[in-house]
Amino acid sequence: MFLSSLFSRGAKNAPEQKRTCSFCKAELSASTLSGNLYICPECGKYLQITPRERIALVTDKGSFSELARGLKSVNFLDFPGYSEKLEKAEKTTGEDNAVLCGAAKIEGMPCAVFVMDSRFIMASMGSVVGEKITRTFEYAEKKHLPVIGFAASGGARMQEGILSLMQMAKVSAAVGKHSSSGNLYISVLTNPTTGGVTASFAMQGDIILAEPGATVGFAGRRVVEQTTKTTLPSNFQSAEFVCEHGFIDKIVPRNEQRSILATLLRQHSIRFTGEAI
Amino acid sequence: MMTAYEKLKAVRSSSRPTAADYISRLFTDRVELSGDRRYGNDTAITAGIGFLDKAPVTYIAIEKGKDINSRMRNHFGCPQPEGYRKALRLMKEAEKFNRPVVCIVDTLGAYCGAEAEERGQGQAIAENILELTRLRTPTLSIVIGEGGSGGALALCTTDRVYMLENACYSVISPEGCASILWKDASRVSDAADALRITAQDMYKFGVAEKVFSETFADFDSMCRDIGRRMSSDIKALRSLSREKLLTERYNRFRKFGIYEEDGVTCGTAL
Repeated sequence: MFLSSLFSRGAKNAPEQKRTCSFCKAELSASTLSGNLYICPECGKYLQITPRERIALVTDKGSFSELARGLKSVNFLDFPGYSEKLEKAEKTTGEDNAVLCGAAKIEGMPCAVFVMDSRFIMASMGSVVGEKITRTFEYAEKKHLPVIGFAASGGARMQEGILSLMQMAKVSAAVGKHSSSGNLYISVLTNPTTGGVTASFAMQGDIILAEPGATVGFAGRRVVEQTTKTTLPSNFQSAEFVCEHGFIDKIVPRNEQRSILATLLRQHSIRFTGEAI
Repeated sequence: MMTAYEKLKAVRSSSRPTAADYISRLFTDRVELSGDRRYGNDTAITAGIGFLDKAPVTYIAIEKGKDINSRMRNHFGCPQPEGYRKALRLMKEAEKFNRPVVCIVDTLGAYCGAEAEERGQGQAIAENILELTRLRTPTLSIVIGEGGSGGALALCTTDRVYMLENACYSVISPEGCASILWKDASRVSDAADALRITAQDMYKFGVAEKVFSETFADFDSMCRDIGRRMSSDIKALRSLSREKLLTERYNRFRKFGIYEEDGVTCGTAL
């Protein structure tokens, strides 16, 4: 296992760098965005945030040490175009794959964390993503740590064929083991959480939180519309819609995530022992 | 030799035996059980308790349907969340009585529709997979036709997985793959090849332990072969301690994946 520090690879952008809001198309400076937690000041929509920015947002400064870094995807099926996609994603993100894992503290309380990265082939889950998240749960189980997972994914990484589907079972088995030993897992759903990730660990948390407006579903909206030849309401599969239907505990704005997570960790750190009444 | 896509087309044919045909030959003295005790009864999942070679088992099967009415009712073998919740309820009932669970799988995938999403299709599948990884009783599954993605995995996260000779198991349908990756529906056959979906591929990857030849001309004796193998695997799994059973199941799934670490390729053998 590989440990390195987060802050040597900062998320600082040059101040003149601009980003366009993917919703309202407003031109925004990087400093405005980071100061506003990557929420568009024009339209209020939640923009993509990198895993390292996420870690900086919710965990104590300097507390993050990375786990399972350096695992690389292999195009073992010789799937057409996959090697090029991997190379491009590695280059543009500077990350080894679509999930960042580590140990950290939130308001002084230790936990294991994983954050999926939708910039990396839509955060699809292949062998590396499955292996890293599995190791995170195994590490946490051994150390009796809670796990906080920020899910985001387009689904399974189809370029890895059936072995990508098997990652759903592999991670679930690790979640089960961690859970059966009495450890807490908080799943935070971010935009978008879909497909095989929704149908496995994203929905297996003891507590399931979500970011406002995040798309959360199993089958994609377009697929449902095409299959059933219907038009779905605009809020279909929004986190709020899924919460109303009883599958999410709470929608938590970005600026409240750290304190809510800390409160939940504190509540779960007090264990009751001994006889029941 | 049939191509992967030819096999897939063959197993999708409506003239092929469905789960009900296997159930009636594999299990005797059956009682069918219904409902998820939460919302409804999805007939795409047919389940109950029967005897396999004198020992009771819980069977859970995806049934495509026999005629147009039952096919429509069963959404052509695409279960709703209630179907997966019925399956889970009966898995837990089996666990309580230390009874083995046998799943029979034949599906394009979980039902795709607005109401399935509203009632938590993803959550239902996620819960089944999680609970199957730690169910304290032996579990088997057999893919008799198509094993479509998460909708199949929700019944296939088992100690042993068998497949029929022409059965397929895939993370996504080749149709879906071709249209998403290449925006070209005509490349279905290429996608089927690239994804490696055949029973023989599954055996190579260690995803399936056994591939049964298809001798539909003598279907009774083919089912007897399947039943014999199920009985002997159940016997072997029963001889393990509960803890060993769960450790072996954990390791069965833990090993899946191929990746590079420190310059070395690790994981499942190709």
